[in-house]
Amino acid sequence: MKHIAIGILGAAALGLVASAASAATLDDVKAKGFIQCGVSTGLAGFSAPDDKGDWQGIDADFCRAVAAAVFGDGTKVKFTPLSAKERFTALQSGEIDILSRNTTWTINRDTALGLNFVGVTYYDGQGFMINAKKLPGVNSALQLSGAAVCVQSGTTTELNLADYFKSNKMEYNPVVFEKLEEVNAAYDAGRCDVYTTDQSGLYGIRLTLGAPADHVVLPEIISKEPLGPAVRQGDDQWYHIVKWTYFALLQAEELGITKANVEEMKASDNPEIKRVLGQEADTKIGTDLGVSNDWVVNIVKAVGNYGEMFERNVGSGSPLKIARGINALWTKGGLQYAPPIR
Amino acid sequence: MASQEILREEPSRGSFINDPKVRGIFFQAVVVIVLVALVWWIVQNTIDNLTRLRIASGFGFLRGRAGFDISDSAIAYSSDSTYGRAIVVGFINTLIVAGAGIITATIIGFILGIGRLSHNWLIRKICMVYVEVFRNIPPLLVIFFWYSGVLSVLPPPRESINLPFGSFLNQRGFYFLRPIWGEGSWLILVALLLGIAMAWFVARKARQRQMATGQQFPVFWTSAALITGLPLLAYALSGFPLSFDYPKQSTFNLTGGFQVKPEFLSLYLALSFYTAAFIAEIVRAGIMGVSKGQTEAAGALGLRPGSILRLVVIPQAMRIVIPPLTSQYLNLTKNSSLAIAIGYPDLTATTGTVLNQTGQAIECVLIMMVVYLALSLLTSAIMNVVNARMALVER
Ligand SMILES: N[C@@H](CCC(=O)N[C@@H](CS)C(=O)NCC(=O)O)C(=O)O
Repeated sequence: MKHIAIGILGAAALGLVASAASAATLDDVKAKGFIQCGVSTGLAGFSAPDDKGDWQGIDADFCRAVAAAVFGDGTKVKFTPLSAKERFTALQSGEIDILSRNTTWTINRDTALGLNFVGVTYYDGQGFMINAKKLPGVNSALQLSGAAVCVQSGTTTELNLADYFKSNKMEYNPVVFEKLEEVNAAYDAGRCDVYTTDQSGLYGIRLTLGAPADHVVLPEIISKEPLGPAVRQGDDQWYHIVKWTYFALLQAEELGITKANVEEMKASDNPEIKRVLGQEADTKIGTDLGVSNDWVVNIVKAVGNYGEMFERNVGSGSPLKIARGINALWTKGGLQYAPPIR
Repeated sequence: MASQEILREEPSRGSFINDPKVRGIFFQAVVVIVLVALVWWIVQNTIDNLTRLRIASGFGFLRGRAGFDISDSAIAYSSDSTYGRAIVVGFINTLIVAGAGIITATIIGFILGIGRLSHNWLIRKICMVYVEVFRNIPPLLVIFFWYSGVLSVLPPPRESINLPFGSFLNQRGFYFLRPIWGEGSWLILVALLLGIAMAWFVARKARQRQMATGQQFPVFWTSAALITGLPLLAYALSGFPLSFDYPKQSTFNLTGGFQVKPEFLSLYLALSFYTAAFIAEIVRAGIMGVSKGQTEAAGALGLRPGSILRLVVIPQAMRIVIPPLTSQYLNLTKNSSLAIAIGYPDLTATTGTVLNQTGQAIECVLIMMVVYLALSLLTSAIMNVVNARMALVER
């Protein structure tokens, strides 16, 4: 029901929004004093409220980083939890300023849906999870023919699933829900044999199940799921701010700038560090972007660098314990790479 | 003649602006112009915004490949089918669950409504408690109640409950045999149709005879015999061409046979039981609206209580019952969109998925609105015809 409401609201908003000024998101954001950030309804490690109701996770922290760049204060963010189906309409209609919700970058979303993806904050792939207690003999996704598979609607997941079973000439029974908690409940109750989504998501969801130790993630990865934040098309300035916030997080890690040492680093002799932290004389890097020149200092003070953000939320400092893998910096054999800040 | 002329001219005497007729037309024209301008403004604004936001628009996307699978489909559908077909699949699912729900809700509702007026204290109270409970729970809760009931009470597929005739019940739904029609089985269908036609004919003749002579004929038993007997005879004559596909255990689930999924089952049961409570109240009101004198007069003529209800009270009550019944049918159909909460692929769910995969929000919401509107208008139209036929025929 809710997504119809959002659909209708979205449609109405698209129809009624005064067509002129709304292009300048930065001005809107500054005027209201905070960034409205679209997140998931609760996916551990990416965006989920903790027991105090504060949003935690790599996606939530990314929005804090943007707020730090814009306001010098990482707390100036409000979060809107969105199901997979609601998320694009929410962004298109202007209800949120950034969509930072484990969303896969695809050409269709980047073009026909009117979005612009800024980068890949987490390289992921789709996997399968089963209850090893109930299905002891199964250790490969290729043994899943005939299974009932739980999946969330409105995702790339349901499309990859159809492709995978079709290309391997296997049958399956889709059991499709709109809300994450409904999928979780149905899987936990035994309505389906298999849970499929982004592999990182499977690890997060496993923690919320009744008996996490009973469930195993199968080895196959059936798709590329580059997850990243997106903004509306047609506002280059806002797009650049969000995109360079992401690059700044990577650059800080590459240069060894951390939450703990950022103040010291400001006095560094290294010209690159000085430039990135806005300590160069007469620098215009920040102001050209539309923010203050110490924007990177603010970002790192608020959330740390990319590596810190990763370890805290999904890596060794979190219950998920996901290894950096392909999400390591390019200097460490991973895919995370930022163009120069100069 | 002359006086008439004067009368006709009278309104336009005085100023042109004060002429009520002219004023009427003027204001109506203003309203129409404002309305058209408003619609035009909204449409224009929408188009502007869509282009500005660089969102594709138009209905061309309906021909694109859907790419997702749907769990329940009455027509052939795969991920290679089009978005348009996915929406049609959802529409048919809505029709199925609403149609089945309407029939069941009506039956349960009539039984309950009559039960509430029973002379038996226990029956009366049971019906009352039922109505009060279901009328006061939001339908979504009733749906969740059935769904989690189905999921938590029933066993997993490996421990399915065996039922008669090779059917099974488990968490994944209700499985029963699927008939496989062999060669010559068309004869059975023909026999069935023949049986129905003959039963109808017998009923007509019996009525005519009763009108003419007052003699009654056991129509029900004759019809039942005709409708079951003729096909059975044909079955034997054509050499028993029918075989069955039994559900059997495989690695994950039962396969084969015919499966009714728990999503459909719980939605259907929830809608039926929920709406039945409202229908019961409508039926009760209808029966109470028939004046007591009618019952007494029928009793005085020597009719038995069952016959009084069937022949005298219900036909008159129907005139009161049908209009509010129509709105219950419309409610049931619209409530079926709550399917989305338990993953039954109805119109709302599949169109929502299409909306999301294509991003065509305005088009998809428009399709949904038009389809639900058309369904409602169609239901109303049918019920109006029924109502017209039930109306008091003055003799
Ligand atoms: N990356 C995929 C799937 C993302 C997705 O929605 N995953 C689910 C399952 S892990 C989720 O995060 N749901 C959270 C929610 O609905 O709040 C996409 O962009 O389509």
